[in-house]
Amino acid sequence: MAKIANKQVICDVLIEAGKKDKDVVALCSDSRGSASFTPFANELPEQFVETGIAEQNLVSISAGLAKCGKKPYAASPACFLSTRSYEQCKVDVAYSNTNVKLIGISGGVSYGALGMSHHSAQDIAAMCAVPNMRVYLPSDRLQTELLTKELLKDEKPAYIRVGRNAVDDVYEEGNVPFEMDKATVVTEGCDIAIIACGEMVKPSVDAAAILKEKGISATVVDMYCVKPLDTEAIVKAATNAKAVITVEEHAPFGGLGSMVSQVVGSECPKKVVNIALPDAPVITGTSKEVFEHYGMTAEGIAKKALELV
Amino acid sequence: MENLKALAYELRENVIDMIVEGKAGHIGGDMSVMEILTEVYFDQMNISPENMDDPDRDKFIMSKGHSVEAYYAVLAAKGFFDIKEVIATFSKFGSQFIGHPNNKLPGIEMNSGSLGHGLPVSVGMALAGKMDKKDYRVYTVMGDGEVAEGSVWEGAMAASHYKLDNLCAVVDRNRLQISGNTEDVMAHDDLHERWSSFGWNVIDVADGNDIDQLKAAFDAAKEVKGKPTMLIANTVKGKGSSIMENKANWHHKVPNAEELEQIRKDLAERKEAARRG
Repeated sequence: MAKIANKQVICDVLIEAGKKDKDVVALCSDSRGSASFTPFANELPEQFVETGIAEQNLVSISAGLAKCGKKPYAASPACFLSTRSYEQCKVDVAYSNTNVKLIGISGGVSYGALGMSHHSAQDIAAMCAVPNMRVYLPSDRLQTELLTKELLKDEKPAYIRVGRNAVDDVYEEGNVPFEMDKATVVTEGCDIAIIACGEMVKPSVDAAAILKEKGISATVVDMYCVKPLDTEAIVKAATNAKAVITVEEHAPFGGLGSMVSQVVGSECPKKVVNIALPDAPVITGTSKEVFEHYGMTAEGIAKKALELV
Repeated sequence: MENLKALAYELRENVIDMIVEGKAGHIGGDMSVMEILTEVYFDQMNISPENMDDPDRDKFIMSKGHSVEAYYAVLAAKGFFDIKEVIATFSKFGSQFIGHPNNKLPGIEMNSGSLGHGLPVSVGMALAGKMDKKDYRVYTVMGDGEVAEGSVWEGAMAASHYKLDNLCAVVDRNRLQISGNTEDVMAHDDLHERWSSFGWNVIDVADGNDIDQLKAAFDAAKEVKGKPTMLIANTVKGKGSSIMENKANWHHKVPNAEELEQIRKDLAERKEAARRG
């Protein structure tokens, strides 16, 4: 298994695209290092824009560039990008319909012990509430690569959240099922449906393996496309299961759990349990320690599933 | 060249019609910004309904989006849409002519209304021009109350950092905002020094409602290399009728019948005086 962070994959794809198309540009707010975008800045300096520590400016400048034919990718810590520059994302990107791709790096609790100022546990809720904003949380490096390549083909706004650290692969190299804006069903079962996004997909898949040993079969849905939400996949997974679990690295309100509950509640009523971060500043620790503390692990998800079936 | 001084008064009459018909609008700022927009659209910029798809044409962002009525009047006069339709539907249910600029309309680049966005967006547009070695220029107009927004200064920093001499911004310095005098609300009478200290070429336009003075300033800005230019256009809020001029309560007032009669009379007189020269 290759250990490479999803953000680095985005940079690699953009460098290749940028070499062929001078309109592909990357912007950072003194965040090129943390975004793993230094190679882009070094290889394509004419296509790289530094805005300094000014996230509002980062997003508005991106919108202006897009309006003049550029294809900007603005990379900044998800916590600042999604809330510090929320209004610019809403007005200059989504409302004005500019071709800006917002890359929220080190999302969720990636920054661990740095505390709540550096955690983005509200970004899914915030971004999904904006009309014309798409929201993606890819699960591993392989899916991130395919998603980034797809996004290069369109001219619409999008917010992509990735974590800080390399994560274990969910998929196999050379065999990654991927269809744009369609959730990926990783495993299929009939007892429980686990719907997860971003870095919570891998522990969900591992939870399914634990459950299998106990004779319980689980469907695991990788809902990397949180908006537009693949409602068909939700209904199908929920209909075939006794209960639904959602797992997300996000606050308990307004995220994947809320959205899945809306769909299940209206289309195929069934119990939905949301595994998420608490409605409070999280306990101090690395992201791994935080996940363990709140049961956002394979074991924690499996335990919750056993309670439900 | 047509008489832009008279045109600015004629466009003010369109604005009054819009506001009276729509029972809404930011009348005071519309009146103060009118000569700035007229000079930019009818003299400075290479822009028309026919060349909107030309990547080399000039660009404009209406950062003080609440003065949209003045913007609509100018765009209609440039042929982007029919002024009669604007007046008949402005602010009404289902209208495409809403109370702030919307880029679903021809001629409008970006949706604005939330203040402090126009300058940073213009920086991006000017930067794209530099990247592609194009000759187009980018213009934006802000309100003076608007410069209290922090994002304005983020944009100001970036514009001078990237030496955007293809960018010309204007502050419509009418000295009044919704709560009163700008110096009482959040003082910034040293605007010239502030922009200058951010690395901008700053030009004070003593009378920002004078087309000739504006023309001279915009023309001078084109000659400056290596720096963006800021025009501080000293204007009169409510310009055009003595009952509105320099009165903060006309920020977004809709005139009553008596006031309307006086405003129309004053505007007609000033338009005629401008025609005579």
